[in-house]
Amino acid sequence: MEFLSALLNGFSSGGTYAIIAIGYTMVYGIAKMLNFAHGDIIMVGGYAMFVALVFNQPLVALAFAILACMLLGITVERLAYKPLRGASSLAVLITAIGVSSLLQSLAQIIFGAAPKMPTQFMINGAITLGTFRINYSTLVTLAVTVVIMTALTVFVKYTKTGRAMVAVSEDRGAAQLMGINTNRIIAITFAIGSALAAVAAYLMLMKAPTLSSTLGAMPGIKAFTAAVIGGIGSIPGAMLGGVLLGVIESLALSVPQLAPFTDAIEFAVLIVILLVKPAGLLGKARREKV
Amino acid sequence: MSERETILKVEHLAIQFGGLRAVDDVNLEIKKGELYGLIGPNGAGKTTVFNLLTGVYKPTLGRIYLCGEEIGGKSPAEINRKGIARTFQNIRLFQNLTVLENVMVGLANQIPCNVFESILRLPRHKRSEKEARERAMELLRVFKLDAYSDYLAANLPYGKQRKLEIARALATNPKLLLLDEPAAGMNPNETQELMDDIMFVRREFDMTILLIEHDMRLVGGICEKLTVLNFGTELVTGPTAEVLANPAVIKAYLGD
Repeated sequence: MEFLSALLNGFSSGGTYAIIAIGYTMVYGIAKMLNFAHGDIIMVGGYAMFVALVFNQPLVALAFAILACMLLGITVERLAYKPLRGASSLAVLITAIGVSSLLQSLAQIIFGAAPKMPTQFMINGAITLGTFRINYSTLVTLAVTVVIMTALTVFVKYTKTGRAMVAVSEDRGAAQLMGINTNRIIAITFAIGSALAAVAAYLMLMKAPTLSSTLGAMPGIKAFTAAVIGGIGSIPGAMLGGVLLGVIESLALSVPQLAPFTDAIEFAVLIVILLVKPAGLLGKARREKV
Repeated sequence: MSERETILKVEHLAIQFGGLRAVDDVNLEIKKGELYGLIGPNGAGKTTVFNLLTGVYKPTLGRIYLCGEEIGGKSPAEINRKGIARTFQNIRLFQNLTVLENVMVGLANQIPCNVFESILRLPRHKRSEKEARERAMELLRVFKLDAYSDYLAANLPYGKQRKLEIARALATNPKLLLLDEPAAGMNPNETQELMDDIMFVRREFDMTILLIEHDMRLVGGICEKLTVLNFGTELVTGPTAEVLANPAVIKAYLGD
């Protein structure tokens, strides 16, 4: 029974990782860059919700945060990354790290270094059946994850924009020559990733109401790990990697002897998977064009 | 014969890469419905001319007019929307999309529907998806690819991938179709079939076609007019039979 609840908790935190990992993987696949500021978009989403609490409606705050993050994602892409299109990937990577520091510092300047405690997003209570116990927040996270993953899969497969995204991720040059405005597709990708980051912020504050400028740092790294495990660039890979990482984390935490080493175990899993499958679980080995 | 409309006019086109003039003073004039060949030895600058026409490279000098409108220096996506579509020497299909979806990507600008309508699944999204699907299927039928519509593009046999590239290019509704070595890697039977297909596309879609080719049987068989490039410059332009018999052309290909 304890195993079962650990498993469900794992699926739930894995779902949050997956939602964040999708942002990494889509941007990597389509814009061919690692957006290391993605975790900080989560943090901005958290503060946006905190600010929007003046409406006293958690869901209104979420909607506000989603819009704010989309706008931020598009702006960051336009101002920081777009001018570097065609530059070396190292230059883009360092710019992303710079954006990350910038956002964290701005948050500290505006909101102070001490964490905020917005308890309004918390969902308390649990279902208990004998020794089996599961929090409502876990169930909500699971449901949200399933809905998002389904919607995204349908979007990519059955809309014009989704197909254009696949086309751009495969061959940007050929896509342009078919009349696709790649700048627009990249902007939409950042908007979707950032919207998902805002949702992730909500899911995190729902469980633990500690909001600081580093809110997105560790989940960002974990989700990036998940994206790499699943095969970066692959949306189903990010989903699989996220859930896998969440389950491993939750199972490790449930064993007292292993619990202190949870993070180490997760990153060790990454190393092992990359040794066996360098392109990740669902990633395709890329042939470099010469 | 009455004077036909000029589809493409290229004047003094040139591009410089560092110290190299890859293309220098190239002039072309292609009339509506013409099947025009661009030939020349390896490294003559043929594909570079295609890249200039489609906006992949910006010309250093010269002007490009499509139906009278200057397009030189515009982005590839804009030029495609103005009416130039192309295929590639090394096939560049979207391998992870199905055969049908590849053509639907080509149709994207033909069928109005924006991303918000798609996310909110408004009626126009459904209508446009249905229309795109039907029009893509129609194009696939023309090229006898309809039986493969659900295949991933990567899983099609080579010759059919070439046809799919042509179908995808036609889906963007071009005024001018550029074919970059369409017969590359084909055996004589496949080349013959390809020639029939190119003639068919011209007839059926009333298409103007500019093609790069090394296969002289194909060039001699279907092109009406040729321009020969050598070291980036225009060597000869004229009707196919005349050009192929020209001693300068034979010399450029075979040496002294």
